[in-house]
Amino acid sequence: MKLQRFARLSAVALVGVLALAACGSNNNTSPSSSSSASSSGSGAAVSASSAAPAFCASGTLNGSGSTAQANAMTQWIKDYQTACPDATVNYGQVGSGQGIKDFLAKTTSFGGSDSALSPTKGETSAANGRCAPGTAVDLPMVPGPIAVVYNVPGADNLVFTPAVLAGIFSGKIAKWNDPAITALNPSAKLPAQAITTFHRSDASGTSDNFTEYLAAAAGGAWSYGHDKQWKAPGGQGAKGSAGVAQAIKSTQFTISYDEYSYARDNQLQMGQVDNGAGPVTLTPDAVAKAVAAAKIVGTGDDLTLSLDYATKAPGAYPILLVTYEITCVNGGLPADQAALVKGFLSYVVSDAGQQKLVALGYAPLPTEIRSKVQAVIAKVS
Amino acid sequence: MSDEQPPIEEVLATLAPAPAPLSTGRSVRPGDRIFAVLSGGASLTLLLIIALIAAFLLYRSIPAVRADTTNFLTTSAWFPDSTPSTFGIAALAWGTLLSSLIALVLAVPVAVGTALFIAHFAPRRLAQPLAYLVDLLAAVPSVIYGLWGLFFLVPQMVGLQTWLADHLGWFPLFSVGSGSTFKQTMLNAGVVLAVMILPIISAVTREVFLQVPRDHVEAAQALGATRWEVIRLAVLPFGRPGIISASMLGLGRALGETVAIALVLSTNYVISWKILEPGGNTFAANIALQYGYAADLGTNALIASGLVLFVITLVVNIVARGVIARRREFAGAAG
Repeated sequence: MKLQRFARLSAVALVGVLALAACGSNNNTSPSSSSSASSSGSGAAVSASSAAPAFCASGTLNGSGSTAQANAMTQWIKDYQTACPDATVNYGQVGSGQGIKDFLAKTTSFGGSDSALSPTKGETSAANGRCAPGTAVDLPMVPGPIAVVYNVPGADNLVFTPAVLAGIFSGKIAKWNDPAITALNPSAKLPAQAITTFHRSDASGTSDNFTEYLAAAAGGAWSYGHDKQWKAPGGQGAKGSAGVAQAIKSTQFTISYDEYSYARDNQLQMGQVDNGAGPVTLTPDAVAKAVAAAKIVGTGDDLTLSLDYATKAPGAYPILLVTYEITCVNGGLPADQAALVKGFLSYVVSDAGQQKLVALGYAPLPTEIRSKVQAVIAKVS
Repeated sequence: MSDEQPPIEEVLATLAPAPAPLSTGRSVRPGDRIFAVLSGGASLTLLLIIALIAAFLLYRSIPAVRADTTNFLTTSAWFPDSTPSTFGIAALAWGTLLSSLIALVLAVPVAVGTALFIAHFAPRRLAQPLAYLVDLLAAVPSVIYGLWGLFFLVPQMVGLQTWLADHLGWFPLFSVGSGSTFKQTMLNAGVVLAVMILPIISAVTREVFLQVPRDHVEAAQALGATRWEVIRLAVLPFGRPGIISASMLGLGRALGETVAIALVLSTNYVISWKILEPGGNTFAANIALQYGYAADLGTNALIASGLVLFVITLVVNIVARGVIARRREFAGAAG
């Protein structure tokens, strides 16, 4: 009891401080507002309740889906609940497929998926049915870079072209000192060792987007299409982003692809990617440039992106996935849920919310796409 | 030695007719009746649950197998959500049986040895704590075994596996193609499974060994048998059905193990003897790895593979029961 009371008291105190911080930084209507959530300018003793930001709603909001955006969601939920003490947000890390199923079954009010609802598989119509009388929308929210990770001692920042990556991952380029690799990296000392490729053994959006990149950018050198399951022969499998990172870290002369945050946190060697406009190192800004090159192909309020994996925009890092939040606009959600979805997603897409992404190893949405997402979120009702 | 057997049969005999008065006796007490209904209800519920699970698996499997464009039983690939949908359980069944077999081969001798030591060799002061320790192994969650396997065992096993491949590579089981990393191999998966099933097998065999009639042991000793001969003549023959059923319990766990395999094994859909190469897959691991992204057909396909595992486990259990029953007859006749 005593402990509980103490916890509650400290929680209230924390909420007070952070609510002020978030409130000072968040302003949906003006994207140019100051973005630092931690620099709380207001030291005045205002109570948390009277300072609740505009995006706050009360009640419990349930969402579930992609694990690729799980780290971002965890951070956002923590910040949102701190700013809005009356709100509870839960995000189940169940995978994109299950996230869509949960959303269709009305167990959740929003789903997270690393691919947009597929019209050809009937997902779009099913989701529109679930959202009647409103419509279902895909909102791009979390751009996640995919790093080319490898373990070759003494050969940092190797440069790869899509054709060379396709050759390596389909087994046609079998040695590290293959002329195709040395031609791109004349100054690197590459050993005459066999290349061991790793891929995800579980079905994943990371595999899907990486193979889609190879299929789109390698110009015919990749013949296995794109899928959530790894379809090319050979290579070894490892479970999850953490499993891949562990495999690369512990085994020399290996190469794989992995979410940027795992590559960074495990200090793996990361390759530069040259799509034709020079080698590009993976940075959040470089990823944001590639997202900006994407076209919006969704109709109406739907903001499904078509990523241009073969983009030759200078300084754009082209291998990435974008996680969508799927929810209903113009009706389809109970009033309290609509208020929560609107409030939470408004926070997520705000300056403060998007700024959090960089530290977590994601990239922020480009301004143009962000303002479109904000316009659609305003229609959640 | 059959003269020494009656005590057990007596016990059994007293147990067997016991239920009779419950149903036919004149003075049925309400407590008895309530207990009979409760225990009968419990076993009926169990049967019902198993039947419902089987029905559910069957119900969800049929549409998947219908949609499969290849032979469900002989195909090794697993791409149910692709067009055309191609998937089959051949590689899964192979990998499941192979990994479980490796686990049994490694675990049974160690488990029986441990049980013998605890039951007949160790001083009482050592036997109790040792038994507790072995039982404790059974309480470790399988994901812990998986992480232990991936982060500790796998790197440690590289040396042994390289040695095996270098010196025994002529044997098909230990041959490797060029460039095996000797890491996430079938053998490593089998070793992790072996550690996981060891406590079950050991605990059950230990209990059986402790049941060996004192008279058997003393008779052997009176004939001048050494300790090893006592074990060979009295303990092992008596315990054989117990060892078999313990191994079957262990096999059941190995067949269904999920997380540890999913973590340790580098999965693919290839049928191969080469246990020193990364690769292979099992039913349970495949379900765990593919479920998150499976669409409707994919989910049904995974459930269909679950049905096959269900049937395999059932068959294994029935065979084991048969073996035990026959052994018991032999023991009775020969002894």
